[in-house]
Amino acid sequence: MKVKMLSRNPDSYVRETKLDLQRVPRNYDPTLHPFEVPREYVRALNATKLERVFAKPFLASLDGHRDGVSCLAKHPKSLATVLSGACDGEVRIWNLTKRKCIHTVQAHEGFVRGICTRFCGTSFFTVGDDKTVKQWKMDGPGYGEEEEPLHTILGKTVYTGIDHHWKEAVFATCGQQVDIWDEQRTSPICSMTWGFDSISSVKFNPIETFLLGSCASDRNIVLYDMRQATPLKKVILDMRTNTICWNPMEAFIFTAANEDYNLYTFDMRALDTPVMVHMDHVSAVLDVDYSPTGKDFVSASFDKSIRIFPVDKSRSREVYHTKRMQHVICVKWTSDSKYIMCGSDEMNIRLWKANASEKLGVLTSREKAATDYNQRLKEKFQHHPHIKRISRHRHLPKSIYSQIQEQRIMKEARRRKELNRIKHSKPGSVQRVSEKKKRVVAVVK
Amino acid sequence: MSSSRAAESLLALNQQEELEDLPREYPLSTSEDEGDSDGERKHQKLLEAISSLDGKNRWKLAERSEASLKVSEFNVSSEGSGEKLVLSDLLAPVKTSSSLAAVKKQLNRVKSKKTVELPLHREEIERIHREVAFNKTSQVLSKWDPVVQKNRQAEQLVFPLSKQQSIFAPIEHVVSGWKARTPLEQEIFNLLHKNKQPVTDPLLTPMEKASLKAMSLEEVKMRRAELQRARALQSYYEARARREKKIKSKKYHKLLKKGKAKQALKEFEKLRKVNPAAALEELEKLEKARMMERMSLKHQNSGKWAKSKALMAKYDLEARQAMQEQLARNKELMQKIQVASESAEEEGGAEEEGEPFVPDVVNEVQVKADGANPWMFRNHSSDTKEAEVQGDPEELAEPAAQEAPESEEEGPVVAEEILLKEFEERRSLRQKSGLNQIAKLVGSQETKDPSSQEVLSELRALSQKLNRENHQSRKQELSSTRTVLVVQREEPAGEEEEPLLLQRPERARTLDELEELGKEGCFQNKELPRAAVEGQQLERNPSNHLGVPREKKRKEQMIDLQNLLTTKSPSMKSLAVPTTVEELEDEERDQRQMIKEAFAGDDVIRDFLKEKREAVEASKPKDVDLTLPGWGEWGGVGLKPSAKKRRRFLIKAPEGPPRKDKNLPNVILNEKRNIHAVAHQVRMLPYPFTHHQQFERTIQTPIGSTWNTQRAFQKLTMPKVVTKPGHIIKPIKAEDVGYRSSSRSDLSVVQRNPKRLSVRHKKQLKKNSVD
Repeated sequence: MKVKMLSRNPDSYVRETKLDLQRVPRNYDPTLHPFEVPREYVRALNATKLERVFAKPFLASLDGHRDGVSCLAKHPKSLATVLSGACDGEVRIWNLTKRKCIHTVQAHEGFVRGICTRFCGTSFFTVGDDKTVKQWKMDGPGYGEEEEPLHTILGKTVYTGIDHHWKEAVFATCGQQVDIWDEQRTSPICSMTWGFDSISSVKFNPIETFLLGSCASDRNIVLYDMRQATPLKKVILDMRTNTICWNPMEAFIFTAANEDYNLYTFDMRALDTPVMVHMDHVSAVLDVDYSPTGKDFVSASFDKSIRIFPVDKSRSREVYHTKRMQHVICVKWTSDSKYIMCGSDEMNIRLWKANASEKLGVLTSREKAATDYNQRLKEKFQHHPHIKRISRHRHLPKSIYSQIQEQRIMKEARRRKELNRIKHSKPGSVQRVSEKKKRVVAVVK
Repeated sequence: MSSSRAAESLLALNQQEELEDLPREYPLSTSEDEGDSDGERKHQKLLEAISSLDGKNRWKLAERSEASLKVSEFNVSSEGSGEKLVLSDLLAPVKTSSSLAAVKKQLNRVKSKKTVELPLHREEIERIHREVAFNKTSQVLSKWDPVVQKNRQAEQLVFPLSKQQSIFAPIEHVVSGWKARTPLEQEIFNLLHKNKQPVTDPLLTPMEKASLKAMSLEEVKMRRAELQRARALQSYYEARARREKKIKSKKYHKLLKKGKAKQALKEFEKLRKVNPAAALEELEKLEKARMMERMSLKHQNSGKWAKSKALMAKYDLEARQAMQEQLARNKELMQKIQVASESAEEEGGAEEEGEPFVPDVVNEVQVKADGANPWMFRNHSSDTKEAEVQGDPEELAEPAAQEAPESEEEGPVVAEEILLKEFEERRSLRQKSGLNQIAKLVGSQETKDPSSQEVLSELRALSQKLNRENHQSRKQELSSTRTVLVVQREEPAGEEEEPLLLQRPERARTLDELEELGKEGCFQNKELPRAAVEGQQLERNPSNHLGVPREKKRKEQMIDLQNLLTTKSPSMKSLAVPTTVEELEDEERDQRQMIKEAFAGDDVIRDFLKEKREAVEASKPKDVDLTLPGWGEWGGVGLKPSAKKRRRFLIKAPEGPPRKDKNLPNVILNEKRNIHAVAHQVRMLPYPFTHHQQFERTIQTPIGSTWNTQRAFQKLTMPKVVTKPGHIIKPIKAEDVGYRSSSRSDLSVVQRNPKRLSVRHKKQLKKNSVD
């Protein structure tokens, strides 16, 4: 009788090092693993629930300012450093890891209207209500030295905003007009105006760096070309735009934070229709900042909350608020795309996680695989009612909640009225205007 | 008018490559068609001439009442009446003076140009500027379209986008700035230097370089073909070698080895005839190999393999054999090769008489083997050998005295021979005692295998020869088999005998003991010794099952014995396997029986069928019976409504659609909608999907690792955006996506443009300067 022996190649079951996982042979025969959809559904449900359980986005509050925080700036080289300017003219430099203020400067008399860092991170610029532009060293004065700005430019009018060029020693200020300054000179190398109104904010395009966008109080957004020293185009919206922010990954996309509670994402080549209208806020949107990945942006609102919107969605995916947070004036998304900072009226800067339920710190590979799987499951079953309900559920302060209800009613009423108007007028005489187009008053060439 | 001019200027602007180079003083409106202007003028003149034919011109003249037209201070009259003053007229008197040549030239240049048109309104111009600039900027931006599109659709985006590009420095650069520090590195460098391997710049050895230079195209081709051929041949050879290596047959390998050895020997012989010097060298080589072998412990049973084999040797025939072979090899290698001489030949002959391959040590070990470490035995045996050598000085002395003149090495050889003989005797003594028993058993059992009988008879003969006085009764059998024995003897006994002898001890010993037992209790019951044998058997082989009937076992034992004597397969295997299989079968049957008994009352299938029938019935639409008993006819106990009436008032339900499980005998499909499940179901088709099947398909493909392979799982759960913690993500750059970024800095462009300061600023600046 011949005896057949089982023989296996050790390579198939012996691991190479002791750090390798033991290889477990698996049988993927689908008959052995039935009910795949229900099982995955349950997993997705659990993942969604856990996500809500672990959603604790608030990390820290940086207190020290003695007045409302009016502007924030990121350090271009250091993730841990943040600059903030307050309404009493004080500028503070913070260390996020220690959650402490490391440096304080009394920069201006009156508001610090704008603050921006130089691209190299060695100095920063501030503009204030005292009609000055000041350049400061990032690290404070040496022992015994007086705290003094490197340069001071005395202007004729109040500057309301400042932004630095992304690559060169040029910065732009706005006030009565948009001025482009060389760092070495005391007069602007170029001034651009289009109409006469106070411009509230100016921003350089981070990709095509010669482009600028500004928004003025006569409800317009103006684009400029620095190289040709001309404005390019102007779009007038229904209400005033408070600030704009360029998408750092898509050169021609920017988002405008508007007084009419909405944000508008524009393609700068086609300004007559916004690409997307983002609505969820219940009060004026005061500031907006893109995530460095260009996939989301965060907006700060007068309604005491900040919201995170995906670029391609009109509704926010997240809303952050705390009991003590008042009107949020400025917001920034950190350069590693993990955190969000917001400065608010009640003198605090708050640090939030960009992804509310994300676990911080180093993940093991298995943890990572599990989170990835959960994420994918949530995405897969996102349309299922239970999962949708749980994942969308947010607790909101009563004021916001009631406002939302109210606005819903208002919106519904408006819609009904429009429908009625269409119904009762001659067919074709009343056109339905889409929500996107409705808000754009005109595009001026 | 203005719009057309604007368009024109727009065109002109577009033609200009560098917008920033545009002059600021409104040159836009000047059209510079020099060629046309002259013709136009002539045409104009003609027209005027024609128009002057009627009286209009006079009237026109009358209108112009200015004196300067008629009489000029330069003494030029406009006699042409309406003819324009042309520059050439002015220039005519200047012709003579050479000092005005430069002015003339300038004027000539001016002459061809038309008058400057009115500048556009400032706002208009600015608008044009803006439009042009906007178009240009849009064009610049549209280069990002593919990048943006790609990033939006990307399965995965990994940030930061700009990877730390590993710079590929040529090895020589790396090496030149690097010193060997560790001994290993130094060694490697030494080797490299020794072989003239280039360490620095040119990465070719001088040889390679020379060959590169030397080879022409044909040569290269030929060389390549050659190399190809060589490679092919090598691959064939490798394939063959692999195939041969795969052959598991030991016999084949043995034959192969032998063949090789023979071949080598033949060649050596040939060489000796043809070229004695070379042969001598060969011999030296062999000698060297021997020396090496003596020095090394390669075949000395000290390796891991040998130790394991030694452990196994007790149970495994093959292991034993392998060990023996190895020792034989050792011996062979250790053997001193004699230069062809009389004595060497003699010795060779003497050795051949004995056992040429197997060192007696091995046999000895096997004989003595008690299951303990054979090493010890080897040492013991050598000890005993020594002891014996010491013990019989006179025996040794005689041959030594006789053969002393011949060579000193012969001494031990002779001693060995003596020893060999002794061992032989001892062995045969052992054998015979066992053999008697075997013979007895064989006699009673009647073996059928002729070969085994042969061997048996041979052994018997041996035993007979040595213990004649003890076993008188076996004489006849002996005589009958003696002839066979003689035949057997002639064969080269070495190979065949050894395994037999090796196999024996275990059994022989048991039989030995049996013999003793028999001697003790020869008058006792015959069953007793057998029982004892069995007992011992059981002790030795725990794999034996007690449950096996004794009769059967005995039979197997006999077969086993035969196996032992005839074939090389280990005895216990054949014994154990069939019984266990049978037992397994029994167990299975038992289990099945048990289950059957336990579930005797249940008829699951019938229950299921019944259930299904009920389900089908329940799902069928019901007929509605509207008959009213006693209505229109007699009613009461025991009276049924008439068939006609029943037929009339019975509303038949329409036949529903066929059940889905109609053709599935083992399944009940519930076709009712489950209200509890509805809460978990998607009601509307979500946005990106256009058909519900698409959506269902995405839901139905599982993504978990339970249903997918590791790789597929990883691929399916790949996150859309990956960021590195603690890394700053910079905005996308043109270099990141392979575009050439504009080399000019924005600043330089701005500075090249003339400053367009607002009026207010200029004023302010002035003020500042005054201050």
